[in-house]
Amino acid sequence: MTARVDAGRRRFLAISLTAAGALVVGIRRANAAPTPGVPPELLGDDLTDLGPFVRIERDNRIVIGARGCEIGQGVITSLPMLVAEELDVDWAQVRVVQLPYGYIDTDQGPSNRYGDQGAGGSTSVSDGWKDLREAGATARWLLVQAAAKEWGLPAEQLRTEAGEVLAPDGRKLSYGALARSAAAIAPPDQPVALKRPEQFRIIGKPTRVVDAREIVTGRSRFGIDEYAADALVAVILRCPYLDGALESFDDAETRKVAGVVDVVAIAGPKPGEPFDGPLASGVAVLAEHTWAALRGRELLKVQWKQGPWSGESSGALAARANELLDRNEGGTGVRHDGDYAKARKQARNVVEARYEVPFLAHATMEPPGALIEIKQDSARLVASLQSPGGASEMIARMTGLARKDIEVRMTRAGGGFGRRLENDFVAEAVLVAKAAGKPVKLMWTREDDLQHDFYRPFGVHALSATLDRRKQVSGWTHRCAATPRPYREGGGRKRPINTGCLEADDFPAGLVANLDKTFFAVESGMPRGWWRAPLHTFHAFAVQSFIDEIAIASKQDAVKLRLAMLGEPRKIPYSGHGGPQFDTGRLAEVLRRCAAKIGWGERRDDGHGIGIACHFTFGGYTAHAFEVSIEGRELRIHRAVCVVDVGRAVNPLGVEAQMMGGTIDGLSTALHLAITVKEGQVQQHNFPDYPLLRMAQAPRGVEVEIVASDADPVGAGEMGVPSVAPALANAVYAATTVRVRKLPLMPELMRML
Amino acid sequence: MPDQPAHATETADSADPAKPHPARPREPLQVTINGKPYFHDGDPAMPLLWFLRDTLRLTGSKFGCGIGNCGACTVLLDGKAMRACVLPMSVAATHQVTTIEGLEGDALHPVQQAWIEEDVAQCGYCQAGQVMAAVDLLKRKPKPSDDDIASIGNLCRCGTYPRIRKAILRAAELMQGERK
Repeated sequence: MTARVDAGRRRFLAISLTAAGALVVGIRRANAAPTPGVPPELLGDDLTDLGPFVRIERDNRIVIGARGCEIGQGVITSLPMLVAEELDVDWAQVRVVQLPYGYIDTDQGPSNRYGDQGAGGSTSVSDGWKDLREAGATARWLLVQAAAKEWGLPAEQLRTEAGEVLAPDGRKLSYGALARSAAAIAPPDQPVALKRPEQFRIIGKPTRVVDAREIVTGRSRFGIDEYAADALVAVILRCPYLDGALESFDDAETRKVAGVVDVVAIAGPKPGEPFDGPLASGVAVLAEHTWAALRGRELLKVQWKQGPWSGESSGALAARANELLDRNEGGTGVRHDGDYAKARKQARNVVEARYEVPFLAHATMEPPGALIEIKQDSARLVASLQSPGGASEMIARMTGLARKDIEVRMTRAGGGFGRRLENDFVAEAVLVAKAAGKPVKLMWTREDDLQHDFYRPFGVHALSATLDRRKQVSGWTHRCAATPRPYREGGGRKRPINTGCLEADDFPAGLVANLDKTFFAVESGMPRGWWRAPLHTFHAFAVQSFIDEIAIASKQDAVKLRLAMLGEPRKIPYSGHGGPQFDTGRLAEVLRRCAAKIGWGERRDDGHGIGIACHFTFGGYTAHAFEVSIEGRELRIHRAVCVVDVGRAVNPLGVEAQMMGGTIDGLSTALHLAITVKEGQVQQHNFPDYPLLRMAQAPRGVEVEIVASDADPVGAGEMGVPSVAPALANAVYAATTVRVRKLPLMPELMRML
Repeated sequence: MPDQPAHATETADSADPAKPHPARPREPLQVTINGKPYFHDGDPAMPLLWFLRDTLRLTGSKFGCGIGNCGACTVLLDGKAMRACVLPMSVAATHQVTTIEGLEGDALHPVQQAWIEEDVAQCGYCQAGQVMAAVDLLKRKPKPSDDDIASIGNLCRCGTYPRIRKAILRAAELMQGERK
């Protein structure tokens, strides 16, 4: 099939979002050449565009563009479902294609023809719930207008069903037959009406991954699978010291390897300066194929300068964090309610504990990488991304090219978990390609990935609670000493120091009258980044373990204590991401259901322990419970229960997958994973020392319950993780009476048993 | 079919593709992949994975760790699951290699079919390797126990293991049906 577009016959309906988020609809003439950035597989001879997301073929096949970055969270399926629902087509008629990054220059400045395309904060579905349904409804409206014209009937008398417009007298016209005339109609002045939920035929229906066949046949193309005929493969030997530098290198042996073409030095960031380029200095080996590049890299002889952090170690960081908490001076106040000191004086009981959480790596199964081609007046990037806009900005800054001349194509990504919100690997590819004067396919190995990440912060949480005579929690302090998440951020971005580690309004804020939250910064040279449900995986372990400790110390039921603290169902203000409100009733409901499902409170005589926890993450409500036992030096997880409320589940099969996967990711991480630093170097290198959970260690199944809800949907990618670690630690306590307050759990439990 | 670069020529005579070749650099190795013979005239120590990916552009086998630990690169060597990232071309050359691209005949393999029906994939990156490991398992154990299934040590970062278990049991049923 030729990729020719007959521009004369076609008109494009341009729908773009303004900075304020309003939907702007307008018509413009198609260019004579194919629209830049439209993938060739979208182009054919006999089809019509109705807006940027909908393309209708003459034979009534519907092509829907998926705008998001697919990192395993399922947006290549769920977002087109939103469009298809309002377009009113049969899902079986639909073919989904991945859209590229849709940068456009407008009179108001930079914009994106597809809206928000990044993958972060579990917002894809909640964003799409607004604009993608409107896009589908607008396309449907145009088709109905076209049919009205054709039949000479008022549009109000017509209805649609499964890709056809129907007249009251039984006449029908397929969308395929109407598409061309529909594309010539001016779009509506006002947003068109959306379906009522009872009219939904696609939303809420369990729907399988649209490109599953490509995945299981090996035809699916990830970033790492992209090649260009004249591209050289590059691998980089990066400085193993935090903020170290390249002193000198000898590439004589490297250059003797058959297939090695060139060796170039890469400058890293200067100590203290923002990470808005490569993460480390290094030496890049360019070769005709990956093996030659890897062999050549092995033979490099490099002298490194150790840099300012050569004394940094995990042990020293923990000591420093505890010292800051002991001294309790100079912290940043994050929230202050009532009078904790007074509550403490009047308290009948005071409970205190500290919890430690480690640095974590993202360890996406597909390591970072990029294919880049830089020409005089344009550039093209193909990669697994989470922030295509950031990649486009990075390339523009480093090349001086205009954003509109930079093509960015996202592929299916082999995991994201926050790693690909950073574009350091894109920056590296740009530098190497500029030095080589050729297109470059940059490859990262697993060692590169574990050694050079934007790690989840390390920290120690010090919690204290006071109980009054009625055993109610009357006071609460949460002091957190951590390597702050905001650290040398690119683009001049400034965030509060506690961002990503201690949230003002998280549970139990607003529920305890006397409450203080204070943050202490621990200095470190480790790059820090966003790791799946960042803040929440960082601190839910501490808060939800501590609730259990309070319950045990005051001889209360741990579920009843949580419910008592949540109180009457109501909405309280929540200023963090996922707000503006936190619904105590919805959290209580997932907790109650989870307790019922696991058999909480039932008498047991099998030595198994049950633990439970709940948490509010980015607008979603989750509870986890585990049933565990210790056999010798092994922890057995007999049951895993997850109850979640993410509002209306657009794709229940996808939500279930995210909860199942989030639970296992949470277990994998809580049980075994930590990144440690010694003498200014990361100590982990590959999976043997960063041991992700394997099938034999994972629970056979995860019992997922999705709470039916009419609330507007939120995403589901991150909600399945935060309550896992505390529920697990609480279960371990129930089975052993050993309280693990440091992650990862297994090494600590074995030390304590 | 993927584009074939010049140095990956399909041999004219495929009469005896399994015939062993001496592992000398100048003597091209002949390796049989998905039933087709190819020559490799580069480093005989090069892992099969890079020949599949960089040379033949059979990119279904993935790179995950490079040390034979994660299983994303799993292929079948004479029907047995092997890690292509640590399998030198000199060794691969004496065997029949099947990759994920070669699994499908006229129809999807029952394991692939079951994977779709159970909606296993999340990011999808490890799944080709998981499928190949399952094909090997079901050949050895047509009615696998839970422990048999858990003997598959391939890593999945997304945590799809419960659905992998279901898919393998479903595939076993599908294959049982085919044999009847």
